[in-house]
Amino acid sequence: MNKPKINIQDLNLYYGKQHILKNINTIIPERQITVIMGPSGCGKTTLMKSLNRLTDLTPDCSVSGKIMIDGQNILNTTEDITKIRKKMGLLAQRPYPLPMSIYNNVAYGLRISGRKKRRFLDKRVEHYLRQVNLWNEVKDRLKEPAGTLSIGQQQRLCLARGLAVDPEIILADEPTSALDPISSQTIEEKFKELKNQFTIVMVTHILRQAKRIADYVIFMYLGEIIEQGPAKDFFENPQEEITKDYLKGLFY
Amino acid sequence: MRLRNFNIGRHLRDRLHYSWMLLVLAITMIVPVALLSGLIYKSSFLLSEQSFFQILFSNQWKPLSGKFGFYPFIISSLWVSVVSLLIAVPICLLTAIHLTQYAKRWVLNLMHPVIDLLAGIPSVIFGMWGILVIVPVISNYIGPLFGKNISGYSILAGAIVLSIMIIPFILNILIELFRHIPTELKETSLSLGATQWQTVKFVLVKKIFPGIVSAFGLGMSRAFGETIAVLMVVGNVVHVPKGIFQPGYPLPALIANNYGEMLSIPLYDSALMLAALILFVIVLFFNFLSRLIIVKSNIHN
Ligand SMILES: Nc1ncnc2c1ncn2[C@@H]1O[C@H](COP(=O)(O)OP(=O)(O)OP(=O)(O)O)[C@@H](O)[C@H]1O
Ligand SMILES: [Mg+2]
Repeated sequence: MNKPKINIQDLNLYYGKQHILKNINTIIPERQITVIMGPSGCGKTTLMKSLNRLTDLTPDCSVSGKIMIDGQNILNTTEDITKIRKKMGLLAQRPYPLPMSIYNNVAYGLRISGRKKRRFLDKRVEHYLRQVNLWNEVKDRLKEPAGTLSIGQQQRLCLARGLAVDPEIILADEPTSALDPISSQTIEEKFKELKNQFTIVMVTHILRQAKRIADYVIFMYLGEIIEQGPAKDFFENPQEEITKDYLKGLFY
Repeated sequence: MRLRNFNIGRHLRDRLHYSWMLLVLAITMIVPVALLSGLIYKSSFLLSEQSFFQILFSNQWKPLSGKFGFYPFIISSLWVSVVSLLIAVPICLLTAIHLTQYAKRWVLNLMHPVIDLLAGIPSVIFGMWGILVIVPVISNYIGPLFGKNISGYSILAGAIVLSIMIIPFILNILIELFRHIPTELKETSLSLGATQWQTVKFVLVKKIFPGIVSAFGLGMSRAFGETIAVLMVVGNVVHVPKGIFQPGYPLPALIANNYGEMLSIPLYDSALMLAALILFVIVLFFNFLSRLIIVKSNIHN
């Protein structure tokens, strides 16, 4: 196993009085694909959001425990929250293009952090659009609103946008669930390439997808981690009954 | 068999409901059209004798000698509504942003009924409040600040009263707009390292910009048509106002103050009808424009 990138210790999260995440303890290895699986409503999205503190946006959310990223507890830190968030690129279930042009979507994060030189931005935008295989499709329409792209293109744009802030971690929450098979495949293949540079955490409901790309699997049920381990062990030799049932497709 | 009867009854009722709805719809459609044609018919008497542009751009208001120049009234109306909008825009935007993005939930829950309450206050009460508070404040404090010795009955007084009246109306629309932005969009911007304020400025406002513009357009059309409250504080002096401290005489006030009196003067009622027509068209125009922007942006998003 690679060296740990994220180390979660005794994480508990409540929305109001509802106990959503229960005693989460796990280690997410650097430069691997960690897949989070589990039935709907078990807290996968919530776990992802707590990693870059987007749960802060929910007013009655309370969190305890530690989330150590590179040895720093992001739940209790003096560091600027925007810096922590920039370490992680986010890819949501559906693409959410920012209300601006294709170009500006990719340049947004760079501009926000003060990189405004046109030549520099041009180069970076092209670089990241190439990285997600989108450049050839959009190079003549960079000024058009991002909303005019197809859903699959939008999702790749969102990936490029996330990569452009130079993160170390990619958080992807069912990134292919709204996509057609071809676009899904593109994203999957990108992830396999990107894991040489990035630590990837991905939620998926698709068992076959998990088997294709996971290096490490976390299985959650009702807010708890039931089982976790290297993908091979997890799929070929699951220990817990619930996991076995889930893998057999007895529930989703 | 029973089933069939039941079905026929249901269909009949369905048909009945349908025709009722058609009727109601027809009435709501007919009223404005009837109103418009009535106004056009009445004002045609004046228009057959004097040129429309003459009336629009002349500042001679001497009904006794048959001179009906609307210019002072139109300019007054513009002054009052534009200034009231200038006051309302920043207040509405910042309040809506604060309430939806920064404030605690309960603050918004508390403010919502308060805003609705404010929107429901009869305008004559705002007018009285204007006379009792705004006019003296302008006369005693704001005027002297700018070296003016004035009564306080002015464009500014009208605009302030108006802005208080249109703020709740605009604010309600803005709050709805901000609340309907998907959280994920906000999360996206934050996850790219933007601060909350950057997110508001570059993403959220941009996302609903057409909606914001049309909210203010609707506010403007309200301001333009509002009568009583403005009439009470604006001074009602027939001249072309040259600044916010001067009195003015907006179109709705002209109609409200004079209709029903002095109608023995030839063409006077026709002139007032023309004023009403102009008002009607301008308000309709702002409304139409605002809705057009909304429709256009819906297609785009
Ligand atoms: N903002 C919120 N306020 C209150 N409860 C919430 C909030 N967001 C999520 N929850 C609750 O937290 C629990 C976990 O939700 P979460 O979205 O993390 O599930 P999930 O595993 O991602 O499900 P899915 O597979 O359907 O996406 C659910 O019971 C949900 O109702
Ligand atoms: Mg989810």
